Formats: sequence, C-alpha cells, structure tokens
Amino acid sequence: MVEAMRAGNRGHLASAFSVTEILRVLYDDVLRYDAGRPGWPDRDRLILSKGHGCLALYVLLAEKGFFPAAELDRFCARDGLLGGHPEYGRIPGVEASTGSLGHGLSIGIGFALNARRERRATRVFVVVSDGETNEGSLWEALLCAHKHRLDTLVAVVDYNKQQSYGGTAEVLDLEPFAAKWQAFGFAVTEVDGHDTGALRAALTGTPLIPGRPTAVICHTVKGRGVPFMEHNPHWHHKSKLTDDEWRGLRQALEAA
Amino acid sequence: MRQACLEAVHALAKQDPRIVFIGSDLGAGTLDQFKAEMPDRFFMEGVSEANIIGMAAGMAMEGRIVYVNTIATFLTRRCFEQVAVDLCLTGARVRLIGNGGGLVYAPLGPTHEAIEDLAIFRALPNMRILAPADANEMRRLMPATVEAAGPVYIRVAKGGDPLVTGDDGPRELGPAVIMRRGVDALFVTTGITLRLALDAAQLLNREGVDAGVLHMPTVKPFDTEALLASAEPVSAIVSLEEHSTIGGLGGAVAEALAEAGAAGKRLRRIGVPDVFPDQYGSQDSLMARYQITAGDAARTVQELLKMVNGSVAR
Repeated sequence: MVEAMRAGNRGHLASAFSVTEILRVLYDDVLRYDAGRPGWPDRDRLILSKGHGCLALYVLLAEKGFFPAAELDRFCARDGLLGGHPEYGRIPGVEASTGSLGHGLSIGIGFALNARRERRATRVFVVVSDGETNEGSLWEALLCAHKHRLDTLVAVVDYNKQQSYGGTAEVLDLEPFAAKWQAFGFAVTEVDGHDTGALRAALTGTPLIPGRPTAVICHTVKGRGVPFMEHNPHWHHKSKLTDDEWRGLRQALEAA
Repeated sequence: MRQACLEAVHALAKQDPRIVFIGSDLGAGTLDQFKAEMPDRFFMEGVSEANIIGMAAGMAMEGRIVYVNTIATFLTRRCFEQVAVDLCLTGARVRLIGNGGGLVYAPLGPTHEAIEDLAIFRALPNMRILAPADANEMRRLMPATVEAAGPVYIRVAKGGDPLVTGDDGPRELGPAVIMRRGVDALFVTTGITLRLALDAAQLLNREGVDAGVLHMPTVKPFDTEALLASAEPVSAIVSLEEHSTIGGLGGAVAEALAEAGAAGKRLRRIGVPDVFPDQYGSQDSLMARYQITAGDAARTVQELLKMVNGSVAR
C-alpha cells in the first residue's frame, strides 16, 4: 500500500490501514470468488462502499490474481488501471464504482434481491465507513434491507471514529451507533476490527439472526500501525509526502 | 400517456423475465395487475428515491432491466448523483419514468414542476432521453427501451393529452420525425409541444407562410443530421419545449445550428424563461403565461421572417 501510494504520490492511506484486516479476512477466509472468472455468477459480492480505502482493496485483488501486481506501481498514473477510487467495469474484482459515499449499500441490496430471485446462495458484503453513515441515503438503504429481510446482506462498518475534519463525535456524532443499526432492524455484532480471529468469527457467522440483515461494527484505528498517523486527521488524504515522511512510514512499518 | 407507459412496462415484462419494476410511493392501485402476476418483479420502495436508484443499479448490473417510476423532479433533482454514478458511469440498464415532465403539476407549485429535467440529464454521458408527444408515440417507443444500452429517461406528460401521432411513426430511439415539410420556417418540438407546432404551422399556412415541423421524441442522442436537413431550406427556426430555454431542446438546437454555421437563419427558443413558475392554475395557464402556445409560436415565426427580410427596424 505504501509503495502504491508512493507511486501515485497520493492516497487515503490511513483509511486503508483502518480496513486492512477486515478486507484481509474477507478475501482470505470468507468470500467465495474465482479471480480467473471475476464475473462468476455464484461468487459472493464485496462492495468497498468507502471507496477511498481502495489501496487496501487493490493490494488484495492483486495478491489474489485479479490483475498483475505491477499495476500497483501505476496507482493514479495517467494510463494506469487503478485510480483513487474503485471503478466497476474497469478493474477486475471491483463490484461497484464507489468513492461518493452512501451508494454502496443500496447497490448491494440490488445484488442481494437479484440473487434471491435467481435462487443463488450469493452473500453480499458492503464495507461502509463511519463518516459514510452521515449520508441519509445509507439510512434509506437500512430501511429497505430490513423490509426485504435480506439476511444475505452484511454491512461491515469501519468505525474508526475519525473522519476528514476530525473525530466523528465532533463532526456529526453517531452514538448510540449500534443501537441505531439495531433499531433499523439489523442484527448487530461488535468486534475489534484489527483482531483477525474475531473478524473471522463474526464474518463467517452470518446471518446472525435468520431473516435479518447483519451489521458487523468493527472498532478500528484510522492509520493503524503507524503511530504518527493514528488518530491524525491530517493523514485522511495525503499527497506530496516529504522524504522524512516516507522514511518515517517505512520505519514505522518495519517496527510494527 | 402515463397509463400507456405503465401498460407497456407490464406488457413487456410479461414477455421478458429480465424486466423489473420499482416505484417509490405511487398512487394506490398502480400496476396492480403486474404485481398480481409477477410479484417477485414488482417493488414499491417508499419515498427513498436515492436508495431506489442504487438498488435498481445493483439489479441492472446483474442483468436485469429495471423500470423505475416516480415524479420527474425527484429523479432529476434529488437523485442526480445516484443517476450519474450508479447508472450513467456503469451503463446500467435502468429506465427512469418521470411523471409530470414540464408544467404538468402546475397546481402543486415549483417543487413538482420539472422545468430543467432535460437539461440536467442531457449533461450526463451515456444517458438517453425520450419525451414522446402522446400515448401513441409512447406505445411505439417503449419496446425499444428494453434493449437500449445504458440508462434511459422517459419523460411522461399529463395523461389524456390529445393524440397527434399515429401508429406508423418510428419505433426506434434516436431519429427525429418530419411531421410536416416547409420551406419558409421550421418548428422543432419534443413532447407535447408537437401539437402546438402543428397548430402554429396551420395558422401560418393561412397567412401564406410554409412552416415545417420536425419532432424530436428522442432529445438525446440528438438527431443533428435531421435538424440540419430540415433547417436547410428555411430562414426562421423556432424550438418549442415545455422546459427551460436553457439546456433542453432549444439549447441542443442552438448548439447544433451554431456549430454548423447556419448563416442567414434566425433562431428563437420558446420555453420557460429562466425563472421558477410563480403562479399555480393549470398546465395550460402556465404555458400561456410563458407564451408557449400555437399563437405565440406563429407570431414568433412572423417576427423572425421580418428580421431576415430586413423589413423590421432593429
């Protein structure tokens, strides 16, 4: 991720570090997919609705063979495959064009309803950010998912409690967060979003309650693993890093 | 026209299992028969238009052809970003049926009057825009919306609109229709203004002016070739639309003519000026207020012809 960011000289690295373990567990242990056949109808769908966290997604898609890893070195390049937000129809393995927040869950509902009609066992995982839940359209989607009893739908919430300007408690308080999801009809579980064992248990155990969509609220740290990045809003989106910052990043990752 | 549109969706869905219908919070009884016959393809999802567009996109990305119906302003103004990103960027085959295109909802006021829907959607790559003149044209064109690539916006008029087209018009999206040939002046129309132009051409005929009418049921893609061919012999061109004069049919006509270098011709765009309607009343009364009538169209042609002939002091 750091190398790709260096290639593009920009990126939402802290947001990617926040969801790294979540996506790792999903692609290693949870999702059914075939990188050689990205359109395989029976695959599970993963939408990274917080599209700005795409560095974490790209690294995993490359590792799993959806596209050559060399593409990572052309992140945000003029003729590169991979841009600052994931694009459907352009990048193999990307299920929706995200980046504008509050879209992914609705698209996932469309996927899940279609799978139900085709009697496929497809599960749909939508990774949303905490800041994303500021969007009214997301709550429309919650109403809809509950109405249709979409228990194949899983909202994986990256709750790092930081958004671009500052803390979520300061910008637009979300608490009581889990209670809100519950009130909207979701079965909710909360985990440490950096504990791969806990994530694996939660994400493989869906639906939590048959007939209900699931929300896995992942308590995370934005910029996890790099002390000077953690909880630091200036790292939400970064470009034109100094040599000192690159060195610091490397050292922090080697120490981690 | 709205009934013809929804009946067509019902009939098409019976033949094509890919077709799905999603309404927002439509009137009681809407498409009851569809719902009874194909309950797994009928959805009524409430006043959550943004979610509906995303949901429709998800279904379309999986191979469905999704017809979404709600009031036009909610599709264009409220859902612009969902339409741009979820539908146009992905090329999703979602068909947006917008009720009350233009000034239909005059009694309900400016929140419900779709006076810039064509302009909003014209600016979006991959979008197609249909504005049929009457129920016959709607019936003829609806089957072509099934296979069309990418999203389609279908502008629906009031209902009970006078029939001005027959069964023999085009059945594909794109081509303009020559409704009447003329050598002095040309009216260009979309939607229900076709009727006004035909009436205006008759008025002018009595005054010895030979005016043609080119009808554009498809506003995007725009049939530039047909426009330039019909405009070739005439010196006065008047576009007529139940829409802002900015960015809709008149805008498209002006752009095409200017780029083609229409020397010696005069153009006037008749439509809603750059204002929100400030009266209630009826569709007809607002059309009259903004001089979108057959009489105004005929008068405008006479003014333009005088300008061209140089007999009017500027």
